[in-house]
Amino acid sequence: MRRPGAAAACGALPRAACSPSAPRAALVLLAGLILLALLAPPASPWAFDSLDWRHLAQPPELTAAHWFGTDRLGRDLFVRTLHGVRLSLLISLLASAIAVGLGVAWGALAGLVGGRTEEVMMRFVDVLYSLPYLFFVIILSALLGRGSVAVLLLAIGAVGWLTTARIVHGQTLQLKRREFIEAARATGLSTAAILARHVVPNLAGTVVVYAALTVPQMILFESFLSFLGLGVQEPYASLGNLINAGAQEMESAPWMLLVPAAFLVLLLACLNLLGDGLRDALDPREH
Amino acid sequence: MLSYALRRIAVALPTLLVIITLSFVLQRLAPGGPFDQEQTLPPAVRANLDRVYGLDRPLPVQYARYLGALARGDFGPSLSQRDFTVAELIGQGLPLSATLGLAAVLLAILVGIPAGIAAALARGGGTDYALTALSTLGIALPTFVTGPALALLFGLHLHWLPVAGWERGAPRYLVLPVVTLALPVAAYLARLTRTSLLEVLRSNYIRSARARGLGAGRVLWHHALRPALLPAVSYLGPAVAFVVTGSLVIETVFGLPGSGRYLVQGAIDRDYPLVLGMVIVYAALTLACNLAADLVYGWLDPGARRG
Repeated sequence: MRRPGAAAACGALPRAACSPSAPRAALVLLAGLILLALLAPPASPWAFDSLDWRHLAQPPELTAAHWFGTDRLGRDLFVRTLHGVRLSLLISLLASAIAVGLGVAWGALAGLVGGRTEEVMMRFVDVLYSLPYLFFVIILSALLGRGSVAVLLLAIGAVGWLTTARIVHGQTLQLKRREFIEAARATGLSTAAILARHVVPNLAGTVVVYAALTVPQMILFESFLSFLGLGVQEPYASLGNLINAGAQEMESAPWMLLVPAAFLVLLLACLNLLGDGLRDALDPREH
Repeated sequence: MLSYALRRIAVALPTLLVIITLSFVLQRLAPGGPFDQEQTLPPAVRANLDRVYGLDRPLPVQYARYLGALARGDFGPSLSQRDFTVAELIGQGLPLSATLGLAAVLLAILVGIPAGIAAALARGGGTDYALTALSTLGIALPTFVTGPALALLFGLHLHWLPVAGWERGAPRYLVLPVVTLALPVAAYLARLTRTSLLEVLRSNYIRSARARGLGAGRVLWHHALRPALLPAVSYLGPAVAFVVTGSLVIETVFGLPGSGRYLVQGAIDRDYPLVLGMVIVYAALTLACNLAADLVYGWLDPGARRG
């Protein structure tokens, strides 16, 4: 799901949603969530795949053995949801690294080389941009088989780089006109060296901002694929496949849907607010 | 205008060709062939089969035949549903998916743009605040969360609408899917329209229109609206891509027998001809819709026709 709006246009919002304290609150909440996801599952008596035959499909109750209840097989939903958060974060961070790396390399190279090559490279980005990204993920998983984390990473990383490539391309075009790049060229530095030593370091601020905004997008991609059954497979838990399992049981066990959905929304909201805050702080040109 | 339209078509067609070529190459690269079974076939049988299906020809010839078959609407047989061709499966699912997508885009336009205009005109007031909060929520929530949540609320608790399923010709089965799919698009359109209308209303020519004594309604209709709608129109292309992707989720959530479910199931079953056939059809549809959005944009903004 490409949603250009997910994090954009903070300036269009009433002031309260953009107050400088919002990103800070999001950061604190996010840190708490990550600590919980890392520390709570090992401390719990239940593992993500351990079955509790005495408590099948138990509703949530904070005084009971299972805080967030259990699923139909008696697996603890608290532990499974936090495992899902952990896996979602891990996959999205790695996929963001792939996406941002590819995007920076592509955009900076196209901008720096210029001419026909640049045109072809950016045209390619435009073409991919106009298509629903999910096609590529579906083709990839059809070809490579589903369920492997490597395929998942490759698939979502391979579609997440387009925005970064476009923005880096634009920034590089601006940088290219500056004197120090010309000076570097005059001293006979190769394109690769100029790219690595002069262009990329100057892009750092922009790249950090877009990397931060890529992470929630990757979480969305991952849970979307897992929801459809093309991503993380049972018995492993991801927010997407937990929501899918919950949606199938929502008539008799609505908590199975509501708990992972609430965690996903919370995670996305924190990451988006944080990314917007970073952009306001580091990239004033956008406003 | 005509040359603008032709230029846009000239961009769209090569894109489609690239996708078709890519799908042909991927199909060749994929591990496993159509005649790989548990027992290996005797070489003579294998050679016969290859000859009948043209697999012994050089790749360029196979490619040309593939293009020819596509032009006739022949996508080959499905590997997972042995009694059906891919074209038959697409034909079964596409009408429902197209209805779903079209209804969602229309609903999003009819709700989102007026909501954005209302918010901009009531800037700073309660209406503006409520609409903006609603649209922020609509943009932030993924469809696979809103879909089940709406089904839980309106289907299971209030019993207003069916939770899932599909009976031919019963529009109430489509209400929740269409609303779920339209929600994020409407929310984004509302935000775009609000921002851009506010900007236009601040511009000098609007001030001079007001100074000439024109009423607020006339200024809005005759002067402000057309340029203010440009961002929303240029978002319609991406919106179509979003709706196409979203329909995969919607069809899964609400148990609708549309073509999106075949695509997902095809990927799970590794049914290459089905997946690639679907991708080509969906890509062609998306490109066509993008083209339509471009043309509307060109009609609204004469400057874009040059470029």
